[in-house]
Amino acid sequence: MSVEVVSAEAAEPPLAIRGLSKWYGKFQALDAIDLTIAEGERLVICGPSGSGKSTLIRTVNALEGFQSGEILVGGITLTREPASVEAIRRRVGMVFQSFNLFPHLTVLENCALPLRLVRGLSRAAADAQAMRYLEQVRIPEQAAKYPAQLSGGQQQRVAIARAVAMEPQMMLLDEPTSALDPEMVKEVLDTMVRLTADGMTMVVVTHEMGFAREFATRVIFMDRGKIVEDAPPAEFFTNPREDRTRAFLRQVLRGDGPA
Amino acid sequence: MHFADNIDYPPLLRRPVVFLPLLAILFVALLRADAAHWTMVQPLLGGVSLGGPGANTAAALGLTALIGANVFLILGLKLRWQVYVVWIELAVLLIVFFVSFDLSWKFIRRKLWLLVSKGLVTTLYISAISIACASVLALAGAIAKLSSNGIAMGIANFYTSFFRGIPLLMQIYIIYLGLPQLGVVIDAVPAGVVALSLCYGAYMTEIFRGGIESVPVGQWEAARALGLKPRAIMTRVILPQAMRVIIPPTGNQFIAMLKDSSLVSVIGVWELMYLARTEGQTEFRHIEMMLTASMIYWVLSGTLELIQARIERHFGQAHVR
Repeated sequence: MSVEVVSAEAAEPPLAIRGLSKWYGKFQALDAIDLTIAEGERLVICGPSGSGKSTLIRTVNALEGFQSGEILVGGITLTREPASVEAIRRRVGMVFQSFNLFPHLTVLENCALPLRLVRGLSRAAADAQAMRYLEQVRIPEQAAKYPAQLSGGQQQRVAIARAVAMEPQMMLLDEPTSALDPEMVKEVLDTMVRLTADGMTMVVVTHEMGFAREFATRVIFMDRGKIVEDAPPAEFFTNPREDRTRAFLRQVLRGDGPA
Repeated sequence: MHFADNIDYPPLLRRPVVFLPLLAILFVALLRADAAHWTMVQPLLGGVSLGGPGANTAAALGLTALIGANVFLILGLKLRWQVYVVWIELAVLLIVFFVSFDLSWKFIRRKLWLLVSKGLVTTLYISAISIACASVLALAGAIAKLSSNGIAMGIANFYTSFFRGIPLLMQIYIIYLGLPQLGVVIDAVPAGVVALSLCYGAYMTEIFRGGIESVPVGQWEAARALGLKPRAIMTRVILPQAMRVIIPPTGNQFIAMLKDSSLVSVIGVWELMYLARTEGQTEFRHIEMMLTASMIYWVLSGTLELIQARIERHFGQAHVR
């Protein structure tokens, strides 16, 4: 089994979604989504609120269920089986809008606990690995503090370190800067840019259009549960094909300089 | 600093002009109606003789002046000392009240050690075992109620509804006298422990459920996204945070159980209440034993309150900002 998985991983894309649909009661949140992401790709998902962007990435690591369609992560099909869910969550790291650090644990423990419990590292090895990643997000000096003692930007950087320390094949970031005060947005965006140096595959839901333009290798625009536009950033921001994309960009870029 | 919108009720206590005359009128009325039961205040007022309307009014005004002076003096102290002085004064009043029963201190002294060594110890270990079992039941019940498993939810709902819905005294009888019908003969102490555990487990199920639900859903999501297994999510992430919410009411439950454990005296367990009752009967010194037992319960509850405060501080430490 594991041999098959490894061989499949080389050939299979990090994420392949086919015909994915999801309903909340009668409301259709996702409508037959098809999306394949290549190794090293940095995808930014944008769109109005309620368009299904967050729902889409939350279905990938089984935080949300879905009714029809198929999700494959590195060639592994997501099913209800705990083994499948576990295998996929090991390959996918996630960062949330509201950080969701564990408030009863120190910064170091936040990063080291999952390494011990999920990766089976010893305490010393887990602490060392956690420390390495805290250095990568440039807050090793905060390791002994509790999350409540940090600023929002620092907390989000710890959350990024905690996810990346698990050494996933792909990162999902769900509006990572939306809950931050304006002066803290940049430190988090800079941290994300630093991660690209390792060629990490990333899917980011964000409203930071200026950042998306610099950071993304590909941008998709979602509306009412559908992918409306899918283009490289240069094309997406200067010459969108769809009217709905143009209308959305006009709105979000107002006051943000000429598009 | 004192602002008008601080929580500081009753505001009357800060306005002697209002409450002292009211108090004086009340005392005058009470003494008029029935002076015979007020002999207790005589020593406070330097041995005035009650009886005539003039003397009664003088006594009432004297009493009012005494209380006014007392409040005035206490308000001049620092907050901490205000609390201490009020405690001491109330304790003295309580003792005066007890002394008025004409207690036999010798009898109390003779029986105290028995009450403590046998009764208190039994009460304590029954309560401690029961609270431990109740906590386990409560955790299981809470998880069942929060699960998406209809059978588990149904069992948990039925359990809490039944054991919260009938009197504890009845549960003790049912378990002690009813189980032998099923061929399970059970001693009094285990029967009492089972009844207390089941009853308090049912109440604490709701406490645990509330505690677990108080942890934001984002904590579950983060733990799941990191790949933690359900048991690890519960024990490492959710429960440590839920404890902050669970501990204070659980402490209250433990204190309540300590006193409710007196109900198992009905099936002949030699705990504090049972001994107080039977020892008092032997020499018709009921009130001595009842008061002594009450004081022991009180001291015990106070000790538990202190322990609870320490545990709360421990679980709250990460939340200091």
